[in-house]
Amino acid sequence: MDTKKSMSVSTRASEAPALSESSAGLLRELVAHLRQNRTQLREEWARRITRAELLTAMTEEEIFAEATAVYDNYVEALETGTFEALQAYSRRLSERIIPRGVETDEVVGIVLLLRDVLARSLFNKYQDNVEKLNRILDSYEPAANRIANTVAVGFVEERERIIRQQQEAIRELSTPVLQVRERLLILPIIGVIDPQRARQLTEQLLRAIRANRAKVVVIDVTGVAAMDSGVANHLVQTVEASRLLGATVIVTGLSPEIAQTLVTIGVDLSEMATVGDLQGGIEEAERLLADRAAPTTQVREIAPESTR
Amino acid sequence: MEVPILRQGQFLIASIQSALTDADLSHLREALIAQVGRSRCRGVIVDVTALDVMDSFAVRTLRDIAHMARLRGAETVIVGIQPDVAFAMVQLGLTLKGVATVLDLEEGLAFLNRRTEERTFEAKPKKPSGRG
Repeated sequence: MDTKKSMSVSTRASEAPALSESSAGLLRELVAHLRQNRTQLREEWARRITRAELLTAMTEEEIFAEATAVYDNYVEALETGTFEALQAYSRRLSERIIPRGVETDEVVGIVLLLRDVLARSLFNKYQDNVEKLNRILDSYEPAANRIANTVAVGFVEERERIIRQQQEAIRELSTPVLQVRERLLILPIIGVIDPQRARQLTEQLLRAIRANRAKVVVIDVTGVAAMDSGVANHLVQTVEASRLLGATVIVTGLSPEIAQTLVTIGVDLSEMATVGDLQGGIEEAERLLADRAAPTTQVREIAPESTR
Repeated sequence: MEVPILRQGQFLIASIQSALTDADLSHLREALIAQVGRSRCRGVIVDVTALDVMDSFAVRTLRDIAHMARLRGAETVIVGIQPDVAFAMVQLGLTLKGVATVLDLEEGLAFLNRRTEERTFEAKPKKPSGRG
């Protein structure tokens, strides 16, 4: 049983590299060479970075520290042929350096510089044996290119992630749901409403209605320059959804232009309570709140009187 | 899955605890409408807090319950629709028109109390306003 197992393992191990045995050996030799000359190559690389005026946002010590880390990850990726560690590292590196204003071309630049530095050292080592140099480069270049690719893509992805995050933050900031007093919310809308924003707006409002147990919501659209049928329908949907949560919506600040377009294009807003301006809307809302709170107390006050 | 129907004073409370099949919904409708008359109640509360999906059949059944209960003399209020459910409903055009909806059970009870008191008040001769 045991021998069988070990046999199957050994056959599998000898099967795989049959084709690339020589290149694997070369890669090992290459990695050993890079490990041996680590200090010297790393310094050379850092010097080249400074000379090329890349990473100007960072101090020389920082560049050297990062260069060391990149170098080790680079050699490891060459050795193992797996890029996960490098990917993770380049993501962390990007997180650190993007806020400091490092550009994409700088990152690509330094990785390409490292590739050149290492290739040059290989030239120097194997210059007497051109045939071997060729084979070494054959196994080095694809890996090196893939590494450069990984780092650049990692950087760009990180940047895009940050941009997306910022967009999201801006969008959330742009739709504040404010509580004026108990059970009364205001949602001032400013700027352009696109479908995505309308959706987010509605979701935020519904969540706020639930969280604040709101009874009345005033949506103020004074800051909305134009409205088409799509946006108007979103507004109607928001009003409907709020009603399902038990809140009444009052829309205020429809400009003369918007009023005209809405009527002209035939959007039916008859279901919607609209008031001229925000002040009027809040007054109306307070009336509604008083109405809702009143009947029970009113009835109790009046009822004994009528029996009197 | 049977939906328990509880009686609380003049009101019936049906609290849906899990997703219901169409047959369950129809059964709930029949049971509620039958109970409304049997117990002479003035209001019905259907609590859907536990539902995170509502299809057109469910919405139609809720609407039918409200209209049928009204014919039998009781107001209906739907309570506890989740924000996401509400949003999905309006996007599908299922808006429960003509049916009262409020945030939660507490609000629902307050709403029905108000409604029934208004109605008893209206039913009485309007002496106070007649004098004034």
